[in-house]
Amino acid sequence: MTRFAATFAKPRTALVAFITAGDGNTAANLDALVAGGADVIELGMPFTDPMADGPAIQAANLRSLAKGTTTADIFAIASAFRERHADIPLVLMGYANPMTIRGPEWFAAECAKAGVDGIICVDIPSEEDAELGPSLRAAGVDLIRLATPTTDPARLPAVLDGAGGFLYYVSVAGITGLQQAAQASIVDAVARLKAATDLPVAVGFGVRTPAQASEIAKVADGVVVGSAFIDIIAEHGDAAAAHVEAFTRTLADAIHGAKEIAA
Amino acid sequence: MTDLPNSLRTGPDARGHFGQFGGRYVAETLMPLILDLERHYRAAQADPAFKAEFDYLLKHYVGRPSPLWFAERLTEHLGGAKIYLKREDLNHTGAHKINNCIGQILLARRMGKTKIIAETGAGQHGVATATVAALFGLPCTIFMGAVDVARQQPNVFRMKLLGAEVVAVESGAKTLKDAMNEALRHWVANVHDTFYIIGTVAGPHPYPELVRDFQSVIGDEAREQILEAEGRLPDMLIAPVGGGSNAIGLFHPFLDDADVEIVGVEAAGEGLDGKHAASLAGGRPGILHGNKTYLLQDDDGQITEAHSISAGLDYPGIGPEHSWLHEIGRVRYEPVTDAEALASFQKLTKLEGIIPALESAHAIAAAERIAPTLDKDKIIIVNCSGRGDKDIFTVADALGVAL
Repeated sequence: MTRFAATFAKPRTALVAFITAGDGNTAANLDALVAGGADVIELGMPFTDPMADGPAIQAANLRSLAKGTTTADIFAIASAFRERHADIPLVLMGYANPMTIRGPEWFAAECAKAGVDGIICVDIPSEEDAELGPSLRAAGVDLIRLATPTTDPARLPAVLDGAGGFLYYVSVAGITGLQQAAQASIVDAVARLKAATDLPVAVGFGVRTPAQASEIAKVADGVVVGSAFIDIIAEHGDAAAAHVEAFTRTLADAIHGAKEIAA
Repeated sequence: MTDLPNSLRTGPDARGHFGQFGGRYVAETLMPLILDLERHYRAAQADPAFKAEFDYLLKHYVGRPSPLWFAERLTEHLGGAKIYLKREDLNHTGAHKINNCIGQILLARRMGKTKIIAETGAGQHGVATATVAALFGLPCTIFMGAVDVARQQPNVFRMKLLGAEVVAVESGAKTLKDAMNEALRHWVANVHDTFYIIGTVAGPHPYPELVRDFQSVIGDEAREQILEAEGRLPDMLIAPVGGGSNAIGLFHPFLDDADVEIVGVEAAGEGLDGKHAASLAGGRPGILHGNKTYLLQDDDGQITEAHSISAGLDYPGIGPEHSWLHEIGRVRYEPVTDAEALASFQKLTKLEGIIPALESAHAIAAAERIAPTLDKDKIIIVNCSGRGDKDIFTVADALGVAL
């Protein structure tokens, strides 16, 4: 059983936590996320031109790059994480150019070697799958696809073809960390997606508080929180871990218990 | 368009690729819209009324056809091939940019979009977009890097006079690349009612194709005009290349004429060893802003900052069709430095009474290099893609003149 399958087989909604690699003390923050109860980790690969990200994650990308973070550093962080945490699924999330610049086979092999379970690439839609997808699947690394409010039923099968790990529902048409979607639209969308796939469905973009997360957790298999963690790291810098852990715990409590309350 | 199977003019393929370049590397949120845009563009191409309105606006609003001027004094001065200038500087708003904006705003209206956005570097595309938005009565937001806003105040004021909102982008290096990022961010949050008028032959398919098609009026006219003036096709075409829309517009109608040599001119800035904007000479293929193309980048695929004295060439990428034409060898791309462009800017102004845009001055500089090596019966067409009024402050500064 893959780490994703084992995680989503648990009878509770998963907290999927995103932070940007190389922004603050990444190893300590990752440990804090796990200690606080995060179920899946998304590690952002910084890019000079983060077109899909709002101000918080843009700034995190630039802080990380300003410190000189390289792709090799990111894989070192991932490998070390895998040594400390054998069972927590680890996802690398980022943009196409840093992932493909040395060739997709190279990237897929490095992911497999570092114990990375899945990849989210913001700017490779299913139409351009050949750029990365075949290499990842051959290396046993899941390609996690994004579905959005604009993904219509006619298009959804193409999005799901070749998808693995879980399906990431981007709940708002927009960039990370800003608007929040109406709960009713999320309920409808998750139902529609789950009717079309057996993959777990995680919901993200604009989720910042335990109350929001708890509502979404009633219907989704996972709730993704990113910008709220980035804000904590921006505020507390290298001393952010304790704050990250405390916030993670409030989110995890809200999310893990949501379905029991709903039932 | 020719039906020859070996034509170089049939690209891109159905998936928007020119060889390995181009494509649709966008967030899933934008994919349905990009596909919708392509459907509407195909319908527009098949609709004679669309072309009729486009032609009408180009003739009566833009002032086309633009003249093909025999630059006799420049030719005599250089002592080689005859040089003709395609006078895109004489278009309404002062550059080729308006051709594309007219085409795209007609598409926006066809698609029922009610808001217009665009990115701009020097402000030329921003001004052209604000102009057509005013003409069509649509609200318009222009994204411009904060650094460019500061150094291009006259164009910022022009856009505001035309009724556009100008957003100063504070992210990244605060120049054209960051303006494009921000325009994409705005678009993804407003896809339901907003049309993005991309200013060059880059971005996700079908933009490189449709911008090329709208700009090809340059080459179509030039072909007709040179046949009338000389009774034959030119021996060479020269045009400056940033994203490359004026260049592809001139080149595309001649791609299948094997005897016409084609030269694109990249901005070499301070020189290829220093800061520059020559994506082909100094970059390698990568993915940015929706397409695969040559980019200035480091070993990890992080995009590096471009530099050119010409704000319109100050971009770390190039249109994907140019990357393809470079790789198959149909077009030769040559670098021209800031200093060379600055010298040619002054030379053309004094010899022909034409103040060229600094972008266009790069092409003039290449012509100065090449023309003397050719016989006097050879013919070169240089794209004078824009007028240089916008650049006089930059030029004065570079020459140490206080205005």
